[in-house]
Amino acid sequence: MNLTEYLQRNQKPILQAWFQSVVETYPEETAKFLKKEKDPFANPVGSSILEGIQGIFTQILGGLPSDDVLPFLDRIVRVRAIQDFTPAQAVSFMFSLKDVVRSRMEKDGLLDRYTADLVAFDRTVDRAALMAFNIFMECREKLYQLRIDEIKNRTGRLLERANAIWESRRAEDGSREES
Amino acid sequence: MATVPKPSELGKVDHRPPQRPWTETTPEFRPGTFCYGAKAKNLDVVGMPNPREWNPADEDWKLPDDWKDITLKGMEDRLNKFRSFKLFMDICVRCGACADKCHYFIGSGDPKNMPVLRAELIRSIYRKYFTGSGKIFSKYAGARALTEQIIKEWFYYYYQCTECRRCSVFCPYGIDTAEITMMGRELLNELGCGIDWIMGPVANCYMNGNHLGIQPHAFKDMIMFFVDEIEAVTGVRVEPTFNRKGAEVLFITPSGDVFADPGTYTLMGYMMLFHEIGLDYTWSTYASEGGNFGLFTSHEMMKRLNAKMYAEAKRLKVKWLLGGECGHMWRVINQYMDTMNGPADFLEVPKSPITGTVFENAKSTKMVHIAEFTADLIRHGKLNLDPSRNDNKIVTFHDSCNPSRAMGFFEEPRYVLKAVCNHFYDMPENTIREKTFCCGSGSGLNTDEFMEMRMRGGLPRANAVRYVHEKYGVNMLACICAIDRAVLPPLMNYWVPGVNVTGLHELVGNALVMKGEKKRTTDLRYEPLPGMEEEEEAEDV
Ligand code: SF4
Ligand code: SF4
Repeated sequence: MNLTEYLQRNQKPILQAWFQSVVETYPEETAKFLKKEKDPFANPVGSSILEGIQGIFTQILGGLPSDDVLPFLDRIVRVRAIQDFTPAQAVSFMFSLKDVVRSRMEKDGLLDRYTADLVAFDRTVDRAALMAFNIFMECREKLYQLRIDEIKNRTGRLLERANAIWESRRAEDGSREES
Repeated sequence: MATVPKPSELGKVDHRPPQRPWTETTPEFRPGTFCYGAKAKNLDVVGMPNPREWNPADEDWKLPDDWKDITLKGMEDRLNKFRSFKLFMDICVRCGACADKCHYFIGSGDPKNMPVLRAELIRSIYRKYFTGSGKIFSKYAGARALTEQIIKEWFYYYYQCTECRRCSVFCPYGIDTAEITMMGRELLNELGCGIDWIMGPVANCYMNGNHLGIQPHAFKDMIMFFVDEIEAVTGVRVEPTFNRKGAEVLFITPSGDVFADPGTYTLMGYMMLFHEIGLDYTWSTYASEGGNFGLFTSHEMMKRLNAKMYAEAKRLKVKWLLGGECGHMWRVINQYMDTMNGPADFLEVPKSPITGTVFENAKSTKMVHIAEFTADLIRHGKLNLDPSRNDNKIVTFHDSCNPSRAMGFFEEPRYVLKAVCNHFYDMPENTIREKTFCCGSGSGLNTDEFMEMRMRGGLPRANAVRYVHEKYGVNMLACICAIDRAVLPPLMNYWVPGVNVTGLHELVGNALVMKGEKKRTTDLRYEPLPGMEEEEEAEDV
């Protein structure tokens, strides 16, 4: 069984453990809720973590051939980018996949057998982590942009209209003078 | 938002948060997660206590020397005055039914945003100073001594509750955490610890009649600007009047409709509708604000600001009031006005001059919601509507917290929507109507410095929009609240790009076929009507 086959066969417990490690980055009471509530509308954070890691895992198994992994990374990072996390904490969930896989192998007594294969696996995970960091930055920049836009819209549009009113007044006055 | 972290903080990469009981965690005032403090000049205008320059992120909040006495005395007064407050302090059994129902908890993952803990922040003080067991056993009875740190915690979490009342829907005892938050904010305001995004509008409204402090002549100019816009789109010139004595109806809407896009398109929709049915109405340039940020400050302030609407109705000798698409204005009117400034006996029970319908539900307040007014017109076949003009809009509806949970207002806006557009899809059941998720920016928290927290609070709402966006191709989120119209666009921009925001009467304005109108080629936003794309282009050339 090569590494990919092993990961495929053990997908369920690995994803479970990975999910667990991501929700544990939240306070205890919150982690309980994120695990327990299955309705995606009542628990959008939990469900986006779940959807995200499932998609990312599948893509990593395929060796990340394309950008198809981005929407799945986005599902998780977009949320963490606006929660109380440092940048490192926000993307750390990618690295915990390495620990999760290793401890599974250790349990199965197979860690030694896959040591060499894991180098390539780690590299793929690192690539995904870097992509996650790009998304994190994009989200933060978007947040600042939204703030700037809001300030601009608030005052800018008002001024624009005040000017338009003033301009039309001037035009009116002008036409009166001419006549 | 995020300040540059210190080098020592950059070294921290551990994933597990420290596990401590909630009573021992203290909030960190990180930019993006709190609102700026109320400015001295605004507190001065309305005679509120402790005006000073201060910053919630500073160590020293410059509280008055006797802050503790003021707070405990303030609590005592309110416990005696408001039975609901006393009851809510006593009867919670900590069953946890409300715990995971708050959008701020769901979006932030911060346990202190669980409504039960939010209430516990004050309840623990109540136990300590106002109950026998708390005085003696303190910690075991869940009691805490009042410290300055607790005042800061109150500020952090009571300005992180949008008073949306979703939690109360799920509480078996009907405990309304929103009202506890209101008490919390009142107590904070006694120490001068309000937020400026609320106090600024309060001061402006008190001085000039609206949140932005726009003076009467400028207010009129702005409305006339939209008269020109309507003419450009429809060829029809509507003729609003201002401060006209003896008009049948006084129309009041949040000033956001006059000053902020996309609310302005809704304003155009109102005026087109009134013109078309020949409504005898007037604007007041003094009661030029439907919103009432007093509601987010204290009950006295709410009363003060609400009074001017009725004073104007009296001065102008109108028969009744018609109110625009606002959220919290309706909470004030429907829940508090009657016992505060009412009953408005000098007015008549509202009766639609077009259909003859008597609005019995507004018998005492004499104020009718425009969505029910319009629904009634449609029901009686009084409007000529062409919903296909909105065919490029695939619409869903966000129930704003106040009209839904403070008025039970669910069907009227949907009835109107279905008459003015052909593509309407509701969001999932547990995210709409009385269980609707808040926009995340209500109750005066719609300020830009709070953007990060707003994105957290709005996540559950946005998540449900995302679902209908992906499933049905929804590209338009309709709502009947001015704060929503201002805050949902950035929320959508972050979470569900590709979804725009509209007021209900903007869609009415688009669909309304007016007498004497020219061939309409664009909607109110100057965007081509479905099927008119080419004509628009030809005109542009
Ligand atoms: S649902 Fe009501 S009784 Fe239960 S914890 Fe919440 S506030 Fe208390
Ligand atoms: S009123 Fe709304 S914001 Fe406040 S605690 Fe309840 S659910 Fe949360």
